[in-house]
Amino acid sequence: MASTIPVKIEFTGGLEILFSHQRSHKIALPSSDPSTNQPANVGFLIDWLCKNLMKDPREDMFVLEGTVRPGILVLINDADWELEGQEAYELQAGDEVVFVSTLHGG
Amino acid sequence: MPPRECEICHTNRAQILRPKNHARICAPCFIAIFEDEVAETVTSTNLFNPGERVAIGASGGKDSTVLASVLKTLNDRHNWGLDLVLLSIDEGITGYRDHSLEAVKRHSEQYDLPLKIVSYADLYGWSMDQVVAQVGKKGNCTYCGVFRRQALDRGAAMLGVGHVVTGHNADDVAETVLMNLLRGDLPRLSRATSIVTSTPSAALPENGEGEIKFTNVKRSKPLIYAYEKEIVMYAHHKKLDYFSTECIYSPEAFRGSARTLIKNLERIRPESILDVVRSGIDMAKLVPGAEEQNSQRACGGENKAAAAKTDEGDGLGGCGSSKESGGEMAAMEQKLLQDEEAQANGNEVEIKMPKKTVNSQNGVARDTQDAADAEIDVKNGQQQSPAQQTVPIRTKEEKKSRKRGKDAPPPKQKLGQCERCGYLSSQSVCKACVLLEGLNKARPRTGIEVGGGD
Ligand SMILES: [Zn+2]
Ligand SMILES: [Zn+2]
Repeated sequence: MASTIPVKIEFTGGLEILFSHQRSHKIALPSSDPSTNQPANVGFLIDWLCKNLMKDPREDMFVLEGTVRPGILVLINDADWELEGQEAYELQAGDEVVFVSTLHGG
Repeated sequence: MPPRECEICHTNRAQILRPKNHARICAPCFIAIFEDEVAETVTSTNLFNPGERVAIGASGGKDSTVLASVLKTLNDRHNWGLDLVLLSIDEGITGYRDHSLEAVKRHSEQYDLPLKIVSYADLYGWSMDQVVAQVGKKGNCTYCGVFRRQALDRGAAMLGVGHVVTGHNADDVAETVLMNLLRGDLPRLSRATSIVTSTPSAALPENGEGEIKFTNVKRSKPLIYAYEKEIVMYAHHKKLDYFSTECIYSPEAFRGSARTLIKNLERIRPESILDVVRSGIDMAKLVPGAEEQNSQRACGGENKAAAAKTDEGDGLGGCGSSKESGGEMAAMEQKLLQDEEAQANGNEVEIKMPKKTVNSQNGVARDTQDAADAEIDVKNGQQQSPAQQTVPIRTKEEKKSRKRGKDAPPPKQKLGQCERCGYLSSQSVCKACVLLEGLNKARPRTGIEVGGGD
């Protein structure tokens, strides 16, 4: 039971301030979503990151209405998450997920 | 599921979903097509002249970093012969620009482009830290924003560069279009959509032998058709290092809401962003005077161009630019209007500010101050002692004839230039000069004489 999968997470474009000002994180994600008993997908990952990795109270700078805030790009293994199924993408061990904000000063 | 292949090369795995046309392409094809499209924008609009000196307004942020990287690449690839320089503005906020200027310095080395940093202290005699010390934290964004509008033009003129490019992207322009639509400001909407936001002013004489006056600096935005998403993707896949932050003083208001609206629309229908930009361009053609404005900007559309800058900031991020507080700006407009009223009522005071004092305080302000003085001289059509900057007193009769009567409605925006610095302004004295006057009045060490103007 309670097995985990290693996933590499990166926050850039200003999002790192919400996560201890740290750009790269290696996490051990529960391999299944306990609320659904389904394999962990990106939707579950986002929720998990909010509950377990975010140190800043401003959750709405990362998620809005149950998904990543518009203006934040998500890359799954360096590809646009829209090409990979977005929240429904099931994470594999060793996957890399990058969150890039386009909302900060440029 | 098996990885989907790139629609262009049919070899690599698709990594990017293009917002404008839903194409699924690989990173190398994306980088190539992104660069080609910027090149197409530049060549189809004849944006540059061969050999032209062009300053890239560089903040170290994503947009200007990508702009610098792409222009450098294209200039080399297509032999455009541009003399490119990075131009950064240091507002003088302790701890705020430090990291972004470090990024710009790295870019200068990485892209082999010379870097010039000019500070608010250079340009205005006041750093933002000094402004904050004077006026407090509340309201200082207004100063930052107003100073910023002219900073790139002034900085470019100091360097003798007549053309500044900024990193404004399609999302920025769509935001501005929406904001002006929501405010019912169609004239300003039409200005915002122009790829060139100001052209050299024919109204002012050349300053000496081909010297560039800051009121003659051309501004343009080569990334106007590039999605912010693609700019970020380009930076990501080219592994460009850029700096992102929020200004420590930045508020969010009307533009923030417009931005949120744009991003929400993009998620549902990504074409919306370019469609808003195109709609803005099409609507601009319907605005009375737009034709004259677009074809003959050099002959009197200056204040419109200035107003467009007003809305856009300089694409350098930070306080008072893209995140400018609408409410705060509105309050300042009100204040400036009241000041004008006070002037009209004859409450104006004369200020004589020994220039040496200002310079000795700031050390580096001399050139700019000289340039500003030169412009005042040109504007007044008379020589003044370089040792002092005099604010002319107008007689009440002059004022009456220039200003509205007490019960008349506020003046309509009209073409014109600041009578002090020559900058494009719809008021007789531009906001920067009004704010500077207030700051300099309050600065005890400048030895200001306040004469009885009433
Ligand atoms: Zn390809
Ligand atoms: Zn002025």
